[in-house]
Amino acid sequence: MVSLLLIVTASLFFTGIIIRTKSILSGRKGPGIFQPMKDIWRLFRKGSVFSETSSVIFQIAPSIYFASVLMAIFLIPFGNMPGIISFKGDIIFFAYILALGKFFNIISALDTGSSFSGMGASREALYSLLVEPAFFILMGSSALLTGHTSFHEIFSSLHFGSHISYAVGTLAALVLIIIALVENSRMPVDDPKTHLELTMVHEVMILDNSGFDLGLIHYATNLKFAMYGALIANFFLTPGYELYYSIPIFIGVQILFAMVVGFVESFMARFRMNHNPQFIIMLTSISLLIFLGVLLILGKFV
Amino acid sequence: MGFIIGICCNTLFFILLLMKVKEAWKSNVALASVLINCVLSSSLAIPALQGKPFEQSFYGGFVFGQIPIRIDALSAWFILLMNFTVLTGILYGRRYMKHYEHQNTHLTLHFCSYITNHFAMICIYCVQNTFAFLCVWEIMAITSFIMIIFEHTKIETLKAGINYLIQSHVSIMFMTLGFIWVNSYTGSFDFNAIATYSSSVNQAIGFILFLCFFVAFGIKAGFVPFHTWLPYAHPAAPAHVSGMMSGVIIKLGIYGILRMLLLIKGDYLITGYFILVISIITGVYGVLLALVQHNLKKLLAYHSIENIGIIGIGMGIGSIGLGLDNTYLAFAGFAGALLHTLNHSLFKSLLFYCAGTVYQATHTMDIERLGGIIKKMPQTALLFLVAALAICGLPPFNGFISEFLIYSGLFNSISNLQLTSTTFLVASIFGLVIIGGMAMLCFTKAFGIIFPGLARQEQPVSMREAEPSKLFPKYLIALFIVFIGIAPQFIVSVVSVPVTQFTGENIYMTQPKEFMNTLQTISIAAFLFILLCIAIIWIRKMANKNSQIVVAPTWGCAYATPSYKLQYTANSYVRSFRKLVSYVLMMNKAEGEIKDVFPKPIFSSTHPYDRLEMLLINIPLMHLKGFVGRFKFLQNGKTQFYILYGVFFIFIIIILPILANIIKDLLGLIRQI
Repeated sequence: MVSLLLIVTASLFFTGIIIRTKSILSGRKGPGIFQPMKDIWRLFRKGSVFSETSSVIFQIAPSIYFASVLMAIFLIPFGNMPGIISFKGDIIFFAYILALGKFFNIISALDTGSSFSGMGASREALYSLLVEPAFFILMGSSALLTGHTSFHEIFSSLHFGSHISYAVGTLAALVLIIIALVENSRMPVDDPKTHLELTMVHEVMILDNSGFDLGLIHYATNLKFAMYGALIANFFLTPGYELYYSIPIFIGVQILFAMVVGFVESFMARFRMNHNPQFIIMLTSISLLIFLGVLLILGKFV
Repeated sequence: MGFIIGICCNTLFFILLLMKVKEAWKSNVALASVLINCVLSSSLAIPALQGKPFEQSFYGGFVFGQIPIRIDALSAWFILLMNFTVLTGILYGRRYMKHYEHQNTHLTLHFCSYITNHFAMICIYCVQNTFAFLCVWEIMAITSFIMIIFEHTKIETLKAGINYLIQSHVSIMFMTLGFIWVNSYTGSFDFNAIATYSSSVNQAIGFILFLCFFVAFGIKAGFVPFHTWLPYAHPAAPAHVSGMMSGVIIKLGIYGILRMLLLIKGDYLITGYFILVISIITGVYGVLLALVQHNLKKLLAYHSIENIGIIGIGMGIGSIGLGLDNTYLAFAGFAGALLHTLNHSLFKSLLFYCAGTVYQATHTMDIERLGGIIKKMPQTALLFLVAALAICGLPPFNGFISEFLIYSGLFNSISNLQLTSTTFLVASIFGLVIIGGMAMLCFTKAFGIIFPGLARQEQPVSMREAEPSKLFPKYLIALFIVFIGIAPQFIVSVVSVPVTQFTGENIYMTQPKEFMNTLQTISIAAFLFILLCIAIIWIRKMANKNSQIVVAPTWGCAYATPSYKLQYTANSYVRSFRKLVSYVLMMNKAEGEIKDVFPKPIFSSTHPYDRLEMLLINIPLMHLKGFVGRFKFLQNGKTQFYILYGVFFIFIIIILPILANIIKDLLGLIRQI
């Protein structure tokens, strides 16, 4: 329950911080950190335009997408407190429920009959296919290291000992950051602020969504960011800490994460489309490196 | 004895009846026969699944000897899942075949084969005499061949049928080889002889025996590289037969492999590694080929190969678990494999039935020509969507449960094994994830291009939703899919009975309970998710109540006259992925060039082809043809020559032993010197 509240809180200001960071780095003042939330709230109260091509899929898909993100958040623990639902193997459920949301997003993009939406859908499906192994191998390494298969048990028995384990922890955080960037369609892979439909990935999928549905999709993105932030934070919330330590650590990690995203977006250009798969596959190799690191820690190479 | 005579008489009676009744009644007669056989076999299978195996033996005459009929939990599981799909198959098929009602004799033959096929499959699952087993297997192979070539006026159908017939006989050849091998050492036709023989020889020989059976049953199941018949046979058959073939007939292969795993007590570890590696390749390769296919039924056929891969991964890690005495891994692996067998038979038959409905409405299976069907056929679209989500292994549907079992076995055991096994397990996690991701890419393509959007080709005016009697069997399957998805604990408690045949009785108390607790939570999570969806959709409805809703054309990025041709195509949808894996695939591309001042119409076409089929079937066949072609001069059509060949042959037969004797004498002479 604590984690849900904290993630929702973090999601309120997360994108705001990214935008603020970018503004400051480019020498502007920028909007307040709650501006994105205000935009979303405005969208919630607006009317909608639906394409005459679209069917019922287009109507329900954003809701299911949002529900899937919420469901995934339910599984995230907070330090040694389990999430709302926690069971052996919930890491698998986590990945698959997110995939379900994505499935609906993709078919709703194809539902509009627009070639641009189809293009975005194709790219999104491809990138999420490529990014999935990285997540699973990362979680496999954690399972190997701790002997557990649920988020809660993994994070509550994860402690750092040797030098290698610090390296592994850092690499894991790096992998999670990049996964979050890919999954949320942020900078080196996709540019959310681009103005050319041909170069968009996620944004072009939702070209036809408007009003409440668009608000849902935007807010789901914020939630997803905060969710990955929470996962990263969990790596550093050494279990046993009291709430008055761990909550500031959590918020700190979220802010830091948002600032990193802002930094990356300010100083990096988007990759060429055909370089994206290489970049994402690199991620899998980093996670394999983590796996090898864990094998080293456990001394299985003897 | 009574049981076998019962289903024999029932099948024979209904075959005779089929020939007598009018066209309109044939399908009902077939349905009645299938129903009775289902009831008869289920009445023995259900107690067997509760732990009371059925065993009987009767004397089958001088040729067969004693024929034991054994229905243990494993057979019972397969009989029950087969019965369900065969039943829904005939329920759907009798409506599907209405289109062919004028072909009276063909219909009779078709329905006769259908019920005989059902009879043969029941026998395969319970007969444990190798000779009798081969006979019923042959009946099954031939009847399914007849069902495949129902539309025998099409040349592709015939080719596919003959391809299937040849490959299934290669399978039978290997099986016969294995059985003869065992029989020559033990002199017994009983399946138990395989167990006694394999425990008496050393493990390497046991493994080779297993390999022999693996090839035999692997051809039936469609493991790569024995999969090449599958993508031809499934699209050629009528929809309900494809659904049944993909749902249950290829599962005969899985049953065979599982049975041999039970009987051949070899080195489970090596066997497990072997199955695991083959299965990962099968899964990944199958889904890769499915991705580039744009013929819906062919795409589904390739997905069967992929799912066989997943089942194989389950069996592989199950055997590794047995080899390492890791009961958790063994339980998770075999339970996942058995459950996925059921799940695949459900969603794949549903997908094929939906494809059949789409085919009869639009008369094409080319995805690129379809589109916008959801508006005319919303229920078919919904059913296809359910099956597509299930086959991608997404919660809260049944595919997730079996994949979850396999995953949890992998993740749980990763930490307490040696380096080699850990590496294999991580490789299989990697394989499963890649398979899952590609399946999602593939089914977003299949659903997203066929159902939503606009039609890519003019559709028949008469196109409308299928009649309720055609939808009923599909809803039945969909219901089952959702039920397993949201209440998995029941089905896993059932599947744990056959699993204990592999893992032994002692762990019966711990593992299933542990899984049951987890699955209980998953079931809660699934319900919670459904509630969440409903709640959000409700909130959305409330919010949209007061706001203005406008319906307008799709935003074409300022393009003035949007047309259906602007939609994304299936080919472009997978293009970026196809480019990534282009070195594995074989894309035969043909393009016309623009020439002259007034160019002619140009074209561009791609025909994806299976590289392995090229390497393993086509090229060797070409060389064989070339070699055999050199002896063409022998076949000159003159009778005198043929008689001469006969005389030559007899002469050689007579002269050979004499020659051998002379050589022997000569050798003796030389030795004396």
